[in-house]
Amino acid sequence: MLRYILTRLLGAIPTLAVIVLLAFLLTRLAPGGPFDEEQALPPEIRANLERAYGLDQPLHVQFGRYAAGLLRGDFGPSFKFKDFSVTELIATGLPVSLQLGALAMLLAVLLGVPAGVAAALSHNRAADHLVMALAVLGIAVPVFVVAPLAALVFGIYLQWVPVAGWSPGNARDMVLPTVTLALPVIAYVARLMRGSMLETLRSPFVRAARARGVPRTRLVWRHALPAALTPVVSYLGPATAAVLTGSLVVETIFGLPGLGRYLVQGALNRDYTLVMGMVIVYATFMILLNLLVDVAYAFLDPRVRPGGRR
Amino acid sequence: MSGARGLWRDALRRLRRNRAAVASLLLLALLVLLAVAGPSASRYPPDELDWAMMGVPPDPASGHWLGTDRLGRDLFVRTLHGARLSLAIALLATLVSLTIGVTWGAVAGYAGGRLDALMMRFVDVLYALPSIFFVIILTVVFDRSPALLFFAIGAIGWLTMARVVRGQAMSLMHRDFIEAAVAAGAGPARVIFRHLVPNLLGTVVVYATLMIPQMILIESFLSFLGIGIQEPLASLGNLVADGAAEMETAPWILLAPAGCLVTIVFCFNFIGDGLRDALDPRER
Repeated sequence: MLRYILTRLLGAIPTLAVIVLLAFLLTRLAPGGPFDEEQALPPEIRANLERAYGLDQPLHVQFGRYAAGLLRGDFGPSFKFKDFSVTELIATGLPVSLQLGALAMLLAVLLGVPAGVAAALSHNRAADHLVMALAVLGIAVPVFVVAPLAALVFGIYLQWVPVAGWSPGNARDMVLPTVTLALPVIAYVARLMRGSMLETLRSPFVRAARARGVPRTRLVWRHALPAALTPVVSYLGPATAAVLTGSLVVETIFGLPGLGRYLVQGALNRDYTLVMGMVIVYATFMILLNLLVDVAYAFLDPRVRPGGRR
Repeated sequence: MSGARGLWRDALRRLRRNRAAVASLLLLALLVLLAVAGPSASRYPPDELDWAMMGVPPDPASGHWLGTDRLGRDLFVRTLHGARLSLAIALLATLVSLTIGVTWGAVAGYAGGRLDALMMRFVDVLYALPSIFFVIILTVVFDRSPALLFFAIGAIGWLTMARVVRGQAMSLMHRDFIEAAVAAGAGPARVIFRHLVPNLLGTVVVYATLMIPQMILIESFLSFLGIGIQEPLASLGNLVADGAAEMETAPWILLAPAGCLVTIVFCFNFIGDGLRDALDPRER
């Protein structure tokens, strides 16, 4: 098992390298530079600026410097937030985004799994249809529509929770962002869970357990659930991607000072180093979480483990 | 060929029995018609500011059927313009995805062996990349034109299509008619595009229908964040963003484009599901 985790970790390194290289090359494709302002800068100032940021060097030297910096945890200076380095911006944004994303994923599993099981147990009855209708709604309506609507209804009309803002430690600030971010994932998890639960309940080992007289609750939660969870676990990889992209919208709408908002601001300001840094951080997260999911999957299902069952 | 025609005729019959799909098809047709012809039915142009009518609520009497936005632009016309641009970008992006994905998948499935392994490994690697973030980088680097947008979105959507097509192509390669075509002297290109691809059409149509709403959502997502379609052009995404900024005092500015977007996405999803059931009855 340890060996499997190590090989997977080593395997993630080339993917990360490709991402860094791709991000770097894409930003250097730009026809304009980061110092293209409304008013053209005098050439000597421009040259000085480019020298200060190392942009006068050949491409491979620039990349070497950037990559070496990354290894030291230095993402370079932000072109537009002039008083901050990208590393500092990441350090301020990361805790907020981490908290938001982790809470949303947790909520998605805690609500999605029971909802799916409940739907499967009342197959083709009212509760099933209700859960599935809600799930279709949750999947089809994008976060950037749900978020403002939720802010309108719960923040402005009902005044239950603050519309926007962020103060560390205030749980009420997190309610709307977390729930809106989690909604599509809850919906998807519920739908997956229902399908695989229905299938598992029909499988021979569950029928055998039922024939042995195992009580229904125990049958569902102890016998069927672990087997039925595998598709949900393998969906957690794509779910991470959904939560990461969704967090761009949620952080922007609710004014959370997280990575997503910096990425969007960086994109609007054409702040290359900031965008590159944020993309690399997001990509690293996605790869690491996918790895985690694969490892969890190998724990749950011995068939995908190299070498099989011990 | 009569067998193939029979398949499509059967599928059409099954599709017609699916009420959700038929209703969605009709609603979508109506929306598309409105998006194409509707703006000229209103007496307001999409980008004219009306200083006397800023942020008025929906009112049939004034001719502003869905109200106006903060700058006095007619929302009915702007929403339809937005729907038209969003749909156009999604269709073109899907076409780009389809072309790359079908070609890639069919070639891999046809070739098999080492080339197939190599091509699919490439797809696996791209799958691991957070593609949407690379689209964001592209929008930062290049001018945010609609053309770049559909090409960039299309270029990231083809991976699933390639996988699906490759799987189907591999199973088709064992069939007699392919062997017959090869025996009759058909070259690789002819086998792929005249024999394999036409027989994959059912799957491709289903996936394409399900891909269009995804593309609409990606485009609107970027436009919502301000890095997609730019003012004064309207897309459903930047209209929703405008509305979200004004929702406390003028919720209709949000509700008109949001309702339109959700309706379109729902319609495509129902049609796609209906088509899948119709073309692949085994699933039921």
